[in-house]
Amino acid sequence: MELFLVALALLVLTASFLAAASLVPQVPSIRLCVHIAGPAGIILACALGMAGLFHGSWGAVVPWQAPWGLPLGGGALALDGLSRCFLLPVFGLGAVCAFSGAASLFHHDIGHNIAAHWFFYTLLVLALALVLTARDSVFFLISWELMSLSPFFLIEFDDHEASVREASWVYLVAAHLGAVVLLGFFALAWHMGGSSSALFAGLSLSPAMGSALFVLALVGFGAKAGLAPMHIWLPEAHPAAPSHVSALLSGAMINAGLYGIFRTYTLLDIQGGTPAWWGWCLLLLGLGSALTGIIKASGQSNLKRLLAYSSVENMGIMLMGLGTGLIGMQTGHMGIATLGFAACLIHMINHAAFKGLLFLCAGEILHAVQTVRLDLLGGLQQRMPLLGAAFAVGAAAIICLPPLNGFAGEFVLALGLATGVTLPQMEIQLGLLAALTGLALVSGLAAATFAKAYGIAFLGEPRTRLAANPHLPTAYNLVPLAFPAAACLGLGLAAPQLFALVAQALPLPQEVLAPHTAPLRASLHTVVLVGLAGMGIVALLVLWRRHLLRGAYSQKNSTWGCGFQKGTARIQYTDASFTDPQTEVFSRLMGVQVQSSMDKGYFPAHASYSIEAPDRLRLRLYAPLFDAVRRLCDACKIIQSGRIHLYILYMLATLVALLLWGFAA
Amino acid sequence: MMPTALPFWCSFALALCAAPLLPGIINRVKAKFAGRQGKPVLQLYYDLAKLLRKGAVISTSTTWVFAAGPVLSLATVFVALPLLPLGGFASPFAFQGDFLLAAYVLGLGRFFLILAALDTGSAFEGMGASREAAYAALAEPALFLCFLTLAGLGADEHIALHLSLSTMFTGTPSLAWLEARPEVLLLPLVLFLLLLVENCRIPIDDPNTHLELTMIHEVMVLDHSGPDLAFIHYAAALKLWFFSALLAGIVVPAIFSNPWVQLAVNSAAIAAVAVLVGVTESIMARVRLPRIAQLLGGAGALAALALMLTLIR
Repeated sequence: MELFLVALALLVLTASFLAAASLVPQVPSIRLCVHIAGPAGIILACALGMAGLFHGSWGAVVPWQAPWGLPLGGGALALDGLSRCFLLPVFGLGAVCAFSGAASLFHHDIGHNIAAHWFFYTLLVLALALVLTARDSVFFLISWELMSLSPFFLIEFDDHEASVREASWVYLVAAHLGAVVLLGFFALAWHMGGSSSALFAGLSLSPAMGSALFVLALVGFGAKAGLAPMHIWLPEAHPAAPSHVSALLSGAMINAGLYGIFRTYTLLDIQGGTPAWWGWCLLLLGLGSALTGIIKASGQSNLKRLLAYSSVENMGIMLMGLGTGLIGMQTGHMGIATLGFAACLIHMINHAAFKGLLFLCAGEILHAVQTVRLDLLGGLQQRMPLLGAAFAVGAAAIICLPPLNGFAGEFVLALGLATGVTLPQMEIQLGLLAALTGLALVSGLAAATFAKAYGIAFLGEPRTRLAANPHLPTAYNLVPLAFPAAACLGLGLAAPQLFALVAQALPLPQEVLAPHTAPLRASLHTVVLVGLAGMGIVALLVLWRRHLLRGAYSQKNSTWGCGFQKGTARIQYTDASFTDPQTEVFSRLMGVQVQSSMDKGYFPAHASYSIEAPDRLRLRLYAPLFDAVRRLCDACKIIQSGRIHLYILYMLATLVALLLWGFAA
Repeated sequence: MMPTALPFWCSFALALCAAPLLPGIINRVKAKFAGRQGKPVLQLYYDLAKLLRKGAVISTSTTWVFAAGPVLSLATVFVALPLLPLGGFASPFAFQGDFLLAAYVLGLGRFFLILAALDTGSAFEGMGASREAAYAALAEPALFLCFLTLAGLGADEHIALHLSLSTMFTGTPSLAWLEARPEVLLLPLVLFLLLLVENCRIPIDDPNTHLELTMIHEVMVLDHSGPDLAFIHYAAALKLWFFSALLAGIVVPAIFSNPWVQLAVNSAAIAAVAVLVGVTESIMARVRLPRIAQLLGGAGALAALALMLTLIR
């Protein structure tokens, strides 16, 4: 705990230095100082925080009370297994993204107040650490607000672009609508518990009151987690933000929403047991988010939008794990509960590694080619082999292919759902097995989506002149990618150890867990062994192939073009053509819009064709809703005429009305 | 361990050696239907030997991904095959949930073959890659439903490894269809359809045509030559054996006391599957591409029906 507090103190120190630096004139010496000291402070603090997490037993609860109070509440902190699991991506990605951001901003900072950027970045990491450890409602809400507000300034980095300003605005509105619901949640919990910290000591409630709190938490935290249909801010905010910020938001911040739901569940003690529909609600919402996310992702041609929708999918998978855990608890099947909860946490940690890696790669593509539109890329693997290899690792990990890390989470979740066949009640069996079938479809579609993302962006021939001559990334840009890429491989090979770590954080007594964790660890060991054997076979085959080709006559030539040797890069398959078979099946869900026009006549001179998949939920549901609110507010303006005597009249009328009311009462 | 695992390893060795026979059998059956003599049954062996001796023409557009496709597609089948109960004998690697590992390992091979196709920058190969990715995604739920139905048949917490391929495709579930569980007979139907999809046979895909607009698998590997093409052909044959072994695991009950008789009956069943594929290819036409999604949806529905009937006890 001491190391963790030192890390927090260092973050506060860094933030205050950066705040001071952002206010003075930006002379070169100050800028250089900020460029080096800002990220260095963050990385050091994250390293200290990480050391603090691993200090002592993973599952132990270590409380700490700040010696000063807060208005209405107290500064109570505590580290326990669940907090540690969620802090792992915060400190890990916090450091890596600061490193990567420092490398990319060093040369591209013209016209920006870098100190302010790093100030809000530090604030975000600090606020995340506080949210995940706060044990007092008021303290939690203050941290939550800090955490919600600082990304607004981070997303608005390139605020001279109108699209960026709009995206950060969408983010701000979504974050605050969620926060309003959370205010209601904490107010209700305070009312029921009697003090601001009562919730964090566990509340014993009637089923009706518990369910009300549960729904409030689900909506409030779900908006942050980006669960469908509250996900619309993700595909707007991520493409607009600088890539190291997108990586941190997607890998660490949206987890805070999941943490909120998970923590709320562990704190509510319902008389007569948790209502059955909670688990089903989470499972259904999770599956819905996963399907919505991946189907929308497959229709995107902007790589960062695609990754944002993929975050919606992955949050859905994590929520499915949580729902499965709840159903297991509720039906008294502790094996399913263990697998479900563990899947949620394992996938959360793994997701931070591969999604962080992919967003950072997308940032390097943006620096190199000035665009992340897939139909303008191509051939990057040949020009930037290391960047391509890093993206390939991330893509293979995110579609859960063994031996990389993504497989462990999906494996544990699928096993938990499949264990449903042994339950006596048929409706529960069918529910779990149907969810597993949905998960299979999600993973299949994810494979197709990321085959497209990597294949169209990195392989084949470059589709534009910019893609053919990219600005090559320097070693400083590539080194930060090595950490998450190594984590993708390392966590995959350390899956049994990761599971053991996560198992200590589950909301189940260790003696209940023990009989279920041992077989799963054995299974994961076999998975790792099979993975290692597979790598050995691959190595042997590569050597054999090299040996075969050495003795034979081989040559390099152009791709076979059906006898037509003057093909251009434009005849290649693009992202839209690649997804065409899926579009035919899921067109209604994908919301693909095609616009084409061609001159009439036998020799049309001009033709245009565009295909995109905008978020229909945003256009059809939220946009009309907000329009209606705006019209309502406009209508209310009628009383604000701007004439002083009218306002005096309002006051008089109010006074009279109050007096009358007083007399009547 | 070794004496009990011996029949399994013999079955594995048989699979590695005899897999290239299956395409030969299919071709021979098709030739008989067409009234032709047909290629030798051992044709694929000759082809493999020839290709392994040859050099390769490698496109200048490509990178290491192009070479990784064939290598990974072969390596992943090597890894997935021993997870199956081969010849009716439980795999020594069997564990809870190995069906997930097998499915995802095959997915890894497919992913890299798709990438290798995109690496050439050819429009034809992009076409094949795109179709392969889409139809594989749609086939996955049906395959999982089949596994779950079989797991549901033997469902009992007290059976160790009730969620393992080795329990699903040997022992009680295989016997169930003999004991008044007719819904199990839906599964061979679904698995046969999945075999046709995963191995790119008619009516889903045509391994013979040179009309790129209709092909899936063949068009993806247009640019591979020499040892690369040999790896792909051999991996495809092994994958055919994999799916045939799944079918054989359902229809051949484990009732033989002599392991070698069991092995022989199982191998005969695998050969019979190849004959069936040949007959199907001879009497059917390719369906139009948009129909494939419907076909897969139908397979999924059938598997879901089997699952529900299994759960209603």
